[in-house]
Amino acid sequence: MPSLPQEIEEPVLIVEPPRGLLRLDWKELWQYGELLFFLTWRDLKVKYRQALLGVAWAVLVPFMQMVVFSFVFKKVANLSTSGLPGPVFYYVNLLPWTYFANSLSMSSGSLLSNTSFLTKVYFPRVIIPTVPCLASLIDFAIAFVLLGPLLWYFDTPVGAMTLFLPVLMAVAFIVALGTGFLFSALQVRYRDIRYLLPFITQIWMYGTVIFPFSALSEYGWLRYVYALNPMAGVVEGFRWCLFSETIRAAGYTADPPWFLLAIGAPVAGAILLTGLFYFKKMERTFADII
Amino acid sequence: MSDLAITAEHLSKQYHLGHHVDLTRSFRETVMDIPRQAGRRLKGWLRPSVAGESDSGSEVKKDEDEILWALRDVSFEVRKGEVLGIIGQNGAGKSTLMKVLSRVTWPTEGRAVIRGRVRSLLEVGTGFHPELTGRENIYLNGAILGMRKAEIARKFDEIVAFSEVERFLDTPVKRFSSGMYVRLAFAVAAHLESEILMVDEVLAVGDAQFQAKCLGKIQDVVGHGRTVLFISHNMQAIRRLCSRALLLKGGQLVRTGEASAVVDEYLTTLPNQPPNVEIVPAMHQTWPAEFEVFRIEILNRQGVRTDSLLVDEPFSLRLSYRVASADRRYGLLVVVRNSDGVRLSTLVSTYTESSYFEGVPGRDYRIRIETCNPFLAGAYMLDVVPFDYQGKVVDRIEGIRFTVVPVSASEKSRFSPGHIHMDSVWSLEAEEAVGTKPL
Repeated sequence: MPSLPQEIEEPVLIVEPPRGLLRLDWKELWQYGELLFFLTWRDLKVKYRQALLGVAWAVLVPFMQMVVFSFVFKKVANLSTSGLPGPVFYYVNLLPWTYFANSLSMSSGSLLSNTSFLTKVYFPRVIIPTVPCLASLIDFAIAFVLLGPLLWYFDTPVGAMTLFLPVLMAVAFIVALGTGFLFSALQVRYRDIRYLLPFITQIWMYGTVIFPFSALSEYGWLRYVYALNPMAGVVEGFRWCLFSETIRAAGYTADPPWFLLAIGAPVAGAILLTGLFYFKKMERTFADII
Repeated sequence: MSDLAITAEHLSKQYHLGHHVDLTRSFRETVMDIPRQAGRRLKGWLRPSVAGESDSGSEVKKDEDEILWALRDVSFEVRKGEVLGIIGQNGAGKSTLMKVLSRVTWPTEGRAVIRGRVRSLLEVGTGFHPELTGRENIYLNGAILGMRKAEIARKFDEIVAFSEVERFLDTPVKRFSSGMYVRLAFAVAAHLESEILMVDEVLAVGDAQFQAKCLGKIQDVVGHGRTVLFISHNMQAIRRLCSRALLLKGGQLVRTGEASAVVDEYLTTLPNQPPNVEIVPAMHQTWPAEFEVFRIEILNRQGVRTDSLLVDEPFSLRLSYRVASADRRYGLLVVVRNSDGVRLSTLVSTYTESSYFEGVPGRDYRIRIETCNPFLAGAYMLDVVPFDYQGKVVDRIEGIRFTVVPVSASEKSRFSPGHIHMDSVWSLEAEEAVGTKPL
């Protein structure tokens, strides 16, 4: 009976008006894992194929920002960099931040730039804003490699806690995914969000990568407000993982980022849930209004 | 196990008209609206009995005016292995039905149960990226259509052979001619394996030879016991491929039954449709249209609007259009088809002097096309297809009907079978040989 197994496993699909608040079909998502891979691969291939400088872009952007920040904030404004050389301090801060900002900016426009996915084929829509968050990880990895020469040049030793970095990247990924869901869905309905978003990202950046958390030690309540920014915990954590010994050697406190992460990580989770919730709620109207 | 592949029960789909104004409004408008909405709600709370009721009452009425039921209470069943044609005029709800069944959009009411692995083809080449090569796009497009990588790899050679673009496999598809592009895209789609396949008019692509090949491929599929749902304006294809058909009209199911009976019914109801049409958004294939043809009129020799022409009577078409942007120009195709959807002739604006049309947004323009009438008595239809200066089709308005009638009922020759009138003079030249009689 060759047809028997098929009969038993025959999938039954029910198409009906959506109900429930948040239903994610995990089994289906798993089945579409290959598509997620293909789309990510497409994004990367297209991005680097036609670019003049190719892969160098991933390094160039944070590098130029590092140069500017080192000059403006370290040399001119003389802000604290926890005893680290300015370029190292800013480059390390900019690594996870650039990952997040790139992911958010591409993810938020992903639905509008893939209209035919919404109107012509079915696959779980959550895949679309997830792709840029994954593709940007490759950019991050490339930019991370440049850290090597930079550390060698400034003769900065690296701490043993480096193994903790993936956990921090996971938090950054969650924040990028959550905001990506939220803003991509918002943009389908409100096209002018795209003008607002770069502004939000910029303000957010200034609150994240310019100064170390220890600079806020005198402000009691402000520290709690600051900790609500989950990216602050990630950036702070990056420095702690890589350079806690260097910072301590320079006579600064190198507290582990537990305080920031204890507040920031749940906030990251809340952002993901909010984004996913709003995305799933709006998902049913995408094809009709885009 | 049930032998039904699809059971649709009371499927309905509601659209809000003017949606591109209303639903994708700007964030600013929504923010500005908050105080007004809050005020209204507050008013409703404070005086819930009288004022609140009349208020909400008038609003409901206003909303109803803007609602369009693209599908209304559509129920049907499809058996396993059955090939079902879905026919109806533009805006009848065919594509909406297909979109609901393939989960691109959700039904507002009702439900459908689909048993078996389903894949749908609403467009060829979804997700094709111009920068990627033919090979890369095969994998990508296959994955988007729901194929596993192993499955694509297994069928890769077959797909390539079918597409006839072997030599250009490693060339970015942006360098492909549009014919090659479409062939490759269809080739991937044609190799989808599933128990249930839904196809929306993808046969309207490529040259005649490739169309025939596609039709053959679909016939293969049909022969292998798969369930197929098939939307087409090509009544010959429906008759040839489908065992049963659904006829939709205004979002409602008018008739189901044996395919050629339904096709016949559809064709006989057609002449009653308005011939000189104000084109509504639903009849456009892209909306908002960048080049919007909003009226199509057929004028007889006297310049009077009509939907029936005399045999041999020269006539003209008047197309009214507006544009969305001033700095683009467009060409136009007018395709004449017979009632079965077979293309009889194509008028191309760019083949004549006044090749391209442009305009200023906010103004209306009229084009007049004078032509002859070579058709025999019968029912015909027109498609109007605007394309941009790169030759890319930007919209398609299909199925504008007209009939050709004989000058008098006694004029028998005008009823002769076929479509094209050819003048002929018959005479007996000479007697060839004894015993040969002219028929």
